[in-house]
Amino acid sequence: MGRTLTFNIFRYNPSDPASSPHMDKFTLDETERMTLFIALNRIREEIDPTLMFDFCCRAGICGACAMVINGRPGLACHTKTKEMPAEITLMPLPVFKLVGDLSVDTGTWFRGMYQKVESWVHTDKKFDPKAQEERMDNALAEQIYELDRCIECGCCVGACGTALMREDFLGAVALNRLARFILDPRDQRTEKDYFDIVGTDEGIFGCMGLLACEDVCPKQIPLQEQLGKLRRKMALAAVKNILPKFLKKDF
Amino acid sequence: MKIIQTDLLCVGAGLAGERVAIEAADNGFSVICLSIVPARRSHSSAAQGGMQAALGNSAMGEGDSPDVHFADTVKGSDWGCDQEVARLFVDAAPIAMRQMAFWGVPWNRVVPGEQTYYKGGKPFTAFEKPENEGLIHSRNFGGTAKWRTCYTSDGTGHCVLYTLDNRAAQMGVSVIDKVEAIALIHDGDTCMGVIARCLKTGELTAYLAKATLIATGGFGRIYRESTNAVICDGGGLITALDTGVVPLGNMEAVQFHPTGIVPTDILVTEGCRGDGGTLLDKNEYRFMPDYEPEKAELASRDVVSRRMTEHMRKGLGVPSPYGDHLWLDIRHLGEAHIRTKLREVDEICQSFLGVDPVYQLIPVRPTQHYSMGGVRTNKDGAAYGLKGLFSAGEASCWDMHGFNRLGGNSLAETVVAGMIIGGKIVEFLKGAETVIKTASVRDAMDKQNARIADLVACKNGSENPYTVRNAMFDSIMKGAGIFRNGKDLETCVAELQEILGRARRVGLRSSGKGANPELTMALKIEGMVKLALCVAYGALKRTESRGAHTREDFPERNDRDWLTRTLATWADGADLPTLNYEPATHIFEMPPGDRGYGGGKIIPMNG
Ligand SMILES: Cc1cc2nc3c(=O)[nH]c(=O)nc-3n(C[C@H](O)[C@H](O)[C@H](O)COP(=O)(O)OP(=O)(O)OC[C@H]3O[C@@H](n4cnc5c(N)ncnc54)[C@H](O)[C@@H]3O)c2cc1C
Ligand code: SF4
Ligand code: SF4
Ligand code: FES
Repeated sequence: MGRTLTFNIFRYNPSDPASSPHMDKFTLDETERMTLFIALNRIREEIDPTLMFDFCCRAGICGACAMVINGRPGLACHTKTKEMPAEITLMPLPVFKLVGDLSVDTGTWFRGMYQKVESWVHTDKKFDPKAQEERMDNALAEQIYELDRCIECGCCVGACGTALMREDFLGAVALNRLARFILDPRDQRTEKDYFDIVGTDEGIFGCMGLLACEDVCPKQIPLQEQLGKLRRKMALAAVKNILPKFLKKDF
Repeated sequence: MKIIQTDLLCVGAGLAGERVAIEAADNGFSVICLSIVPARRSHSSAAQGGMQAALGNSAMGEGDSPDVHFADTVKGSDWGCDQEVARLFVDAAPIAMRQMAFWGVPWNRVVPGEQTYYKGGKPFTAFEKPENEGLIHSRNFGGTAKWRTCYTSDGTGHCVLYTLDNRAAQMGVSVIDKVEAIALIHDGDTCMGVIARCLKTGELTAYLAKATLIATGGFGRIYRESTNAVICDGGGLITALDTGVVPLGNMEAVQFHPTGIVPTDILVTEGCRGDGGTLLDKNEYRFMPDYEPEKAELASRDVVSRRMTEHMRKGLGVPSPYGDHLWLDIRHLGEAHIRTKLREVDEICQSFLGVDPVYQLIPVRPTQHYSMGGVRTNKDGAAYGLKGLFSAGEASCWDMHGFNRLGGNSLAETVVAGMIIGGKIVEFLKGAETVIKTASVRDAMDKQNARIADLVACKNGSENPYTVRNAMFDSIMKGAGIFRNGKDLETCVAELQEILGRARRVGLRSSGKGANPELTMALKIEGMVKLALCVAYGALKRTESRGAHTREDFPERNDRDWLTRTLATWADGADLPTLNYEPATHIFEMPPGDRGYGGGKIIPMNG
């Protein structure tokens, strides 16, 4: 305690023609148990009322507050100042469209993503309100939950070299989402359906496998494992698609 | 002027808003949901515990039925709820849970055979029937006779919300995020939509609709200390109150939770105390047994919160830069128990406080948690006062919670109400055509543009909106917190009236351009102070104690005079709400009786 913290914060308001991208410096006295959530709110309320950033749950659950903290994507509400050097640099997440300062538009990006992977259960069954629920093995339900835990914070996308280079890259988060539906017996899509979505350079074959995504995921989702599994599955499906029909049975 | 038109406009894309949206989209209507944040970040995602429905699949839920669920709900409400609505709710809840399963929620399922569960820190075994294998499981929650809470590990709200948002996308519901509704468009008789401000560009748009739904969640952020997300600031309720004709119901009914961590007020579960955690003061003295010799830390949520506040008022709280707090001590439970059975608590302490609960004390204080009050609707979800306006979820006072909602009943309410009210909105949409009056639209737009121009120009003054908000925080927590009494409430109401005057004189320090957050605050602060006044004034007038509303000077529940629901409206230019009352329920399936917990005397209906 007793430290004075210096914050270097990226500033730019695209709606204001007078604004141009630059860094601003703010200083605060560190208080006990301070997090970036507390610090940024204090800066806005006590020093500069125009500072733009996003928080919602402030409890590491909603994914709203992802930003680049001293060079690394992470959740700001989750970050304690006492574990940081006295000089802290904050930048908005790359890849996503900038709203202003540290705030980016994750909503549009993720909506695009889940439309592309059709992130819902595909079934031709009809819900019957009078019937008992269809049974499911609990271990399987827990497996699905493991992949369902993604909070769409965008850290993995912000850390991904491929996503930075090609706008249409789906990213580890989308592949993880698809893996969730592949696991789910309620989803009746076939391997070919899945292949059509991700069996391209926009999908699984664009990934360079450098692991940055898993390193930064605040929910410790096993992204690499999912990427690996999908890659093998999709490679197999790719082969199946070019082989003549009569040969496929052997797979 | 930018205008967008649709059949149904849902203000809010949490569980309640999206469930209603899906119902209408399923019936072929066009639907738009507005949300301050991407739908999946709505506060519903933060609920970890689960949602109640009497499926009765688990061993500890055996023999459960909607009737038992009904009795728990009415008792929980301290007989303040609408019993007709509670009945609709409990009957439909099992269907709603199964529908969620059908749409993709990975509910935890029954595993057959002998299973180990925990109660009060002690393990016990129960036998799960083989014929129930794979059906939806349930866990224990406070205040219920049976285990009834459906869950997905520690992420129920998250999973259900993602599933619903997937479904909404599939049905073609259009969700527009980073948009905030700032006023309803109406002519005093019919609601025609909202004026909303884009939080990316600052631009105003008129969204016109045949039916408008307010599903904006709770308003916990009128208190400084709240477990609610920072966006739960009552924006939707403010738009309703500003019409002057739509009443808010039971605003004085505010639920507090004993253990929010300090400084950020993130909730740590009741399980800590259930498993044997104790509360200590600044001298590290365990004070709860002095107040509640029998139950100590295990008394009900409201009782513990009250005792903690009382103790801090005696100057025995721990001072900190964030105000006084107390300590929660779970060290004696031991590393093995804390790292496994209380994993979530361990994680919260480590990630947000840098405190290791195995060796260190956890700073806690009672914290605002849930808003029972909201836009008053009838059992169809239709708001009083304006045709074409509906409300659902925590923002509404559909009123199955009365003066205290049970854990697990709120998340369940969102989807059950969504299903029922969604159906009623579909009927409404199939019936009448709404005539949109261009004059009303223009008036509403002009008024909001003028407000913004005045704020930017500091025309009414240059009070700082954040300073005004802090003054409101201080006043309401002191006067209309957990403990209430006539004297403090009178002071609080007078202070808030003065603060309302200041809120009407705020002006910006900045240009207000684009997504400007200062303008967002400035546009809202007057309404927030009004909500605070609805709470404090309603609490002052209600001279009894019921559920979460506790008057030290009127400790008894008074069914003779107060088996009523408060209705607060706000006349243009007034500096207090107008209060009216209606009977709490028209139908008594269960006559008023003792809750069986919480103590307190009852003045009977005919007493
Ligand atoms: C920490 C915590 C844990 C909880 N755990 C449980 C639990 O285990 N079980 C249980 O039953 N209940 C629980 N609850 C309560 C429950 O989570 C909420 O009551 C419920 O999720 C509310 O859902 P909703 O759809 O009404 O509102 P929300 O999910 O809060 O959604 C509100 C929506 O409205 C939007 N919005 C708000 N204002 C505006 C505006 N002016 N313009 C446009 N959009 C707006 C928001 O962006 C959001 O999309 C918990 C609550 C908290 C705080
Ligand atoms: S492993 Fe693939 S998805 Fe992950 S960061 Fe690298 S390129 Fe991106
Ligand atoms: S996978 Fe992890 S890092 Fe990526 S969006 Fe989800 S939670 Fe964030
Ligand atoms: S604010 Fe929700 S994750 Fe940080």
